Amino acid sequence: MRHFLQCFLLSVLVLSCSNGSFDAGGNNTSTSTSISGAGATFPYPYYNIVFRDYMRQHDNLTVNYGAIGSGGGIRSLRDRSVDFGASDAFLNEKEIASMNGEVIHIATCLGGVVMAYTLGDVDSLRLTGPLIADIYLGKIRKWNDPRLAAENPTVKLPDLDITPVYRSDGSGTTYNFSEYLCVVSPEWKQIMGKGKALKWEAGIAAKGNPGVAGIVQQTEGAIGYIGSEYALTLKLPTAKLKNRAGRYVDATLETISAAANVDLPDDMRATITDSDDPGAYPMSLFTWILVYKDQQYDGRSAQDAAELVDLLHYVISSKGQKVAAQINYAPLPPQALEKNRKLIGEINFGGEAVASGSYSAVADSVETVLND
Amino acid sequence: MKDKIFRFFLFVAALFVLVLSAAIVYALVSRSSEAFQEYGIWGFVSNAEWDPRSATEEYGALSFILGTLYTAFFALLLCVPFSLAVAMFNGVYFKGKKIAGVMRSVVDLLAGIPSIVYGLWGFYTVRPLVIDLGVNAQGFGVFLSSIVLAIMIIPYASSLSSEFLSMVPNNLKEGAYSLGATRLEVVQHISLPTAASGIVASFILALGRALGETMAVTMLIGNTNRIPTGLRDTGNTMASVIANQFGEADGLKLSALIAIGLLLFVITAIINLIAKLVMKKLSHA
Repeated sequence: MRHFLQCFLLSVLVLSCSNGSFDAGGNNTSTSTSISGAGATFPYPYYNIVFRDYMRQHDNLTVNYGAIGSGGGIRSLRDRSVDFGASDAFLNEKEIASMNGEVIHIATCLGGVVMAYTLGDVDSLRLTGPLIADIYLGKIRKWNDPRLAAENPTVKLPDLDITPVYRSDGSGTTYNFSEYLCVVSPEWKQIMGKGKALKWEAGIAAKGNPGVAGIVQQTEGAIGYIGSEYALTLKLPTAKLKNRAGRYVDATLETISAAANVDLPDDMRATITDSDDPGAYPMSLFTWILVYKDQQYDGRSAQDAAELVDLLHYVISSKGQKVAAQINYAPLPPQALEKNRKLIGEINFGGEAVASGSYSAVADSVETVLND
Repeated sequence: MKDKIFRFFLFVAALFVLVLSAAIVYALVSRSSEAFQEYGIWGFVSNAEWDPRSATEEYGALSFILGTLYTAFFALLLCVPFSLAVAMFNGVYFKGKKIAGVMRSVVDLLAGIPSIVYGLWGFYTVRPLVIDLGVNAQGFGVFLSSIVLAIMIIPYASSLSSEFLSMVPNNLKEGAYSLGATRLEVVQHISLPTAASGIVASFILALGRALGETMAVTMLIGNTNRIPTGLRDTGNTMASVIANQFGEADGLKLSALIAIGLLLFVITAIINLIAKLVMKKLSHA
């Protein structure tokens, strides 16, 4: 009897909990000991570790991050329910207008989208954007297609069906993949377009990076696009991509970082796909933290603002960037760090400057961060 | 007094289940109304387009409904001979023997294996066999999912069937034996026809189980949002499209996914209703 009652109460409790939507710690913003953020899932492993490291150095402070997706992060910041939002796409003009206040974009690290494949003993494969587009459009169906052979003169490609693998769930990885193909293939732009989910012409689908990687690893002749942070950790065989300068580039932390070695706009709202840099991996992307430029809103104190600014400085410090590189997120090059620093400097509290904190040191080069 | 309290709690518990079911139906209907208003019920059910791109957004359930029916019915077809054999083994030939008990526990064990384990087994073990058979280049598709589904539903089909077979009255069988019938003839002409409607009902229940299976199918069917052109083709089912796309969905897409959930609910309810009617017919016969 009592047991039954307990079960009953427990189930009611479980139901009522799962019914409530995620609140991203919104109620804690007024206390000075907590910073809360929400948004993109792609940088979540990085933020998880870098915020944990930061908390270890600041006993009285907690940083909460909810990986609820970029759209959710933007909405949460707009509702002022978090101190910072995080997004894999910068705000467009319409979104900027809807934010009720000037928002600044701080790039935190870079990632890429890589083409993983399984193809007998072929251990080096060269691809171009238009070839990838035609494989996923179902126009190139065999590995020994003459157009693939032309790019790979030294490799003997087998007479085997190509199995393209794509994401069955909505994903920022799909967005970045399709955005790149829209840039390099007019046909792709017309037939497929870009988006987090598409209407596919060829191939099979699986959920998440692990799903796609699983099928690619287990299927002879399969090729799939995967987030670089996942593929590099798993050390999957990946194709070299021909970049804008005509070089065939492996996806590594160096080449992904190099994609940001271009003239970046002062507000850091930049797409670095198909980058001009000669050493750049073409399918590369920024991920951003979004904060309000004027921190005086909703009863926030100057100390809240100072803590947030200090955290942002920590994320882009050489310490923070080293953590990123350790878990296969590409660190920001000096120019991007410099622009970031300037943007963080613009954060104010009702017009007053915010104390800049202890981490605003000089930028390390990418090589220093990676080789240390 | 104690009796009254006990009855009160029983009443509350029963009411709770009823209210919960009603709430589920209400949630499905209200959240799916956006999609049904946009396309109309028939328009949504008969449209095979599934285009999530914001510029050309359009959602229809037909490819998933057909994908679900293809895999479930083919799985049922595959499971019939095995389930029937197990049912006759347990319910007729070795009825009451120790070996039947062992067999029954083993088959019941199949029902207890989590869906994802079947999915992994299908992915790593069955799929290479399907590729070797030359069904298609990568193994995924309706054929692979149906094979794994068939094994998953054997316990559901066989345990109920063997119950019905063992319930066939002894005097009928003894009568047949006294007329000189062999064991096979008794099974063929007495046991199977007498238990027929019960066996059919248990297969329909197994079909209902196959329709809603999610995890294993998602891992094996290929998740392509088109009508499968045949057993060799890849496809998607109603349950697996929901599992795949629910996370990032919002607006019309979310409503369309919930609408698919409602349709699956209705289809499964109809299947269960049919099974109940068939069984009722049996008890009157």
